[in-house]
Amino acid sequence: MPKYAALIYGPAADEGTGTQEDWATVIAEYNQFGDDAGAAGVILGGEALQDTNTATTVTVSGGARGGDIVTTDGPFAETKDVLGGFYLLEASDLDEAIKWAAQIPGAWHGCIEVRPIMEFED
Amino acid sequence: MGIPELEETLRIEGGRVLATLIRMTRDIGAAEDALQEASIVALASWQTEGVPEKPGAWLLTVARRKALDRIRRETARLPKEREAVQLLTAGPSSEQDQRQDELSLLFTCCHPALSNEAQIALALRTISGMTTVEIARVFLVPEPTMGQRISRAKKKIKIAKIPYRVPEDHELPDRLPAVLSTIYLIFTTGHAPVDASHNRGKLLMEEAIRLGRRLVYLMPDEPECVGLLSLMLSVAARQPGRVGSDGAQRLLADQNRALWNTERADEANRLLEHVLPLRRVGPYQLQAAISSLHTLAPIYEATDWPQIRDLYVLLDSMLPTPVVQVNRAVAEFMVSGPERGLQILDDVPDMEHWHLFWSTKAHFLSEMGRREAALAAYEKAFACAPDAMDRAFLEDRINALRG
Repeated sequence: MPKYAALIYGPAADEGTGTQEDWATVIAEYNQFGDDAGAAGVILGGEALQDTNTATTVTVSGGARGGDIVTTDGPFAETKDVLGGFYLLEASDLDEAIKWAAQIPGAWHGCIEVRPIMEFED
Repeated sequence: MGIPELEETLRIEGGRVLATLIRMTRDIGAAEDALQEASIVALASWQTEGVPEKPGAWLLTVARRKALDRIRRETARLPKEREAVQLLTAGPSSEQDQRQDELSLLFTCCHPALSNEAQIALALRTISGMTTVEIARVFLVPEPTMGQRISRAKKKIKIAKIPYRVPEDHELPDRLPAVLSTIYLIFTTGHAPVDASHNRGKLLMEEAIRLGRRLVYLMPDEPECVGLLSLMLSVAARQPGRVGSDGAQRLLADQNRALWNTERADEANRLLEHVLPLRRVGPYQLQAAISSLHTLAPIYEATDWPQIRDLYVLLDSMLPTPVVQVNRAVAEFMVSGPERGLQILDDVPDMEHWHLFWSTKAHFLSEMGRREAALAAYEKAFACAPDAMDRAFLEDRINALRG
């Protein structure tokens, strides 16, 4: 079965925005998705990410192994929507993956990028 | 000898044969290669042994064998390939299978996960059997760009596993519009003023009509498919009157209606008469009905504007695009005068850069005797008119107003 990463993008959750109730609603929505997709055996894994203030971007200069390690504060790209978490889904084809992605709460709070997982042949 | 028959077969049946091969090989690239190899065999064989009785079926048989050879040669051990081998060696496909195959290909090409541009290019490449060079030429992009667009789309279908199937009935409302709009976009690209007089424009319009006919054959119970075909036929019927012998664009009011293609107009009308009573009306049927009312009027003055206005009001409620709203404003103007037309135009949002919005507004203002305001609007239209034909037309209007 093909695997897809469902990357959850949404507005950065800045400190002080959103109420306790908002947070509780979102959590309940995610629990609902976890129950539904979990029961269907679609979820292979997934995590929520800490906000982008805690992100560090790492790159090795020189275009080859052994170059200087350059670290910068923050995410790779400064955009309005940030990667907030992801699921690893197993679905029969893209249509099924889209069907499940559309049930992730991030789809209505932001958007979901569905990317096929690269399969390596041994 | 033999070569024109092969070209004809590929043009008419190539898409169908390819669709079946894709189902069997589950790989657009492999299916295309097999069909290509079969065509090379046909080139030699048909010349010496004559054209077979069923050339399409002949091509499919040979292409199946070629696909099979390759799969056996390359990867016979994998279970996935064993399945393809089974499909390729199975008996002849039923007509029902072939219909399903052709529809699957159409829905795969028009999958919403592909961009509009990719959908169109892929449909023309696979279903219409146009070469990449031909498609690049009609869309005025360099061949490598078009080649890349098509190969990216095929790669996405393969890697992301866009399924090769006809959507279930309950999915159709979401999926059919993309198929209809892809075909209609092919048509309107050909119909655009800058192209309509050229061969590439005609080629695209005819290809879109052919695809529309195919879709009606494949989905006879979908009224909007019939609506789309009727719309294209009726617009194409008026095509010969659109450009005068001096090469200038003719407004509907000034066209020589004797030049219109009555056969196409009649067919468009018959299709509508068959489908409108089903009472499952949609945007394509409404646009077709409006177009047919224009085509049916023996002279411009006999146009049934009140009915056209009513149809635009309905269309506006289903498809409130600026194009529909401006057309509705024109119909309101014809029925109730320029003040009412202007009122509708004032509700159209964000039309700063669309020449037809401004030229329509200018016309209403000039009818109301507001000469200065009309001139200003015509000048705005002129500034954003996309091609020489439009600019020439607008220049005439401006000069006429200036007197």
